[in-house]
Amino acid sequence: MSQNTLDCRNLLCPMPVIRTQNALKELSEGELLEVTCTDPGTLSDIPTWCRINHHEVVSTEENNHEIVFVIKK
Amino acid sequence: MTQETSSVNTGDKPKQRKAVALISGGLDSLLAAKVVQEQGIHVEGINFYTGFCVEGHTHAIRKKDKDKQKRNNSLWVAEQLGIKLHIIDISEEYKDIVLNPKHGYGANLNPCLDCKIFMVNQAQAWAWAEENGFDFIITGEVIGQRPKSQRKETMPIIARESGADDRLLRPLCAKNLMPTLPEREGWVNRDELYDFSGRSRKPQFELAKKFGFEDFAQPAGGCCFLTDANYSKKLADLWDARGERRYELDDIMLLKVGRHIRPKKNFKLIVSREEGENNFLRGYKKQFTSIHTVSHGGPLTLLDGDFDKEDIKLAAQIVARYSGGKNADQVTVQVENYKGTSFVMDVPPMSADEIKQEWHV
Repeated sequence: MSQNTLDCRNLLCPMPVIRTQNALKELSEGELLEVTCTDPGTLSDIPTWCRINHHEVVSTEENNHEIVFVIKK
Repeated sequence: MTQETSSVNTGDKPKQRKAVALISGGLDSLLAAKVVQEQGIHVEGINFYTGFCVEGHTHAIRKKDKDKQKRNNSLWVAEQLGIKLHIIDISEEYKDIVLNPKHGYGANLNPCLDCKIFMVNQAQAWAWAEENGFDFIITGEVIGQRPKSQRKETMPIIARESGADDRLLRPLCAKNLMPTLPEREGWVNRDELYDFSGRSRKPQFELAKKFGFEDFAQPAGGCCFLTDANYSKKLADLWDARGERRYELDDIMLLKVGRHIRPKKNFKLIVSREEGENNFLRGYKKQFTSIHTVSHGGPLTLLDGDFDKEDIKLAAQIVARYSGGKNADQVTVQVENYKGTSFVMDVPPMSADEIKQEWHV
């Protein structure tokens, strides 16, 4: 499965949310986007943004201060 | 749904009217959007990122704030309303508003009136775009609420200069203003809008209670760092030291963090105050010369500006003062430039008296 990736490391909220939003705009419904973040604020902000804009957070993984979200448009 | 008030008959199917609400994350914009939503209008939110937004950054940086709720209030508001939220990065274009505000600054470096005009202008450019197709714009403005931008005489200025004209509706104080297009056309019922005015928050609290909103954010200085006197002072210092009024996004991020100490006009130190700030400043080591203490525990410090060897020694002595070795004869520090080249030096810590009060920005 091909997966689109987005590097939001060292960006502070709301920039990771904005980048995610803009990246998803370019995708078709059902496509996946993998977003890597370092701001712990994204743990709250990205899922909230996805909920209100009707996208699905398929998975969230935390390791070595990095947070990786997989989002389905 | 009160479809009668929000639709016009255009043949077979009544048109659903759409409004875009400027959402700051505060109570007023939440209420304004809710009032219009209650009238059957399809509402979506728009939020602008200027770089000076209080939302997000600070609680992500400082460890002492870690226990506080880290929610982004504009997202929280959108979720309460059940609306989509579009967040737009205007930080680059916004520089011109901060540097050259046509209507001047408020009490600090806050260009509130120009800012509101700019945001409504950006909102209308987005809202009228064919793919979005909104009919009007909502703001949470209240006459007399803010001394610089929210006054009776500024309301028409914002409407006119933003280009939104009479498609700009302020539901919380609409009854104190001339009827706008959405009111005249009957898309919204003017009788169900409000006539709030002045600095009192009581009417807003009562309306919030009526709608069942609790736990809403109430930032004292609004949602922008430029209304903060200490922050504005640091920004003014930056311009003064550089001899020109300009900034990059990293500059304004760093003004939110650490102790800023300027012992000489040509450079300043940004000294972290705790672990969270240490981690944040570490992300800038590839852009700045940094100093950290080796012989004792101590803060990470960035040097901003132009400096020579003597300046670095002076900076190292200041850093040593803020380290665990402040009472030691010598403190060993490592100085690393942005390319990663480093050297070690021993310095005597500066005494508390030697760090002059006026150095603190």
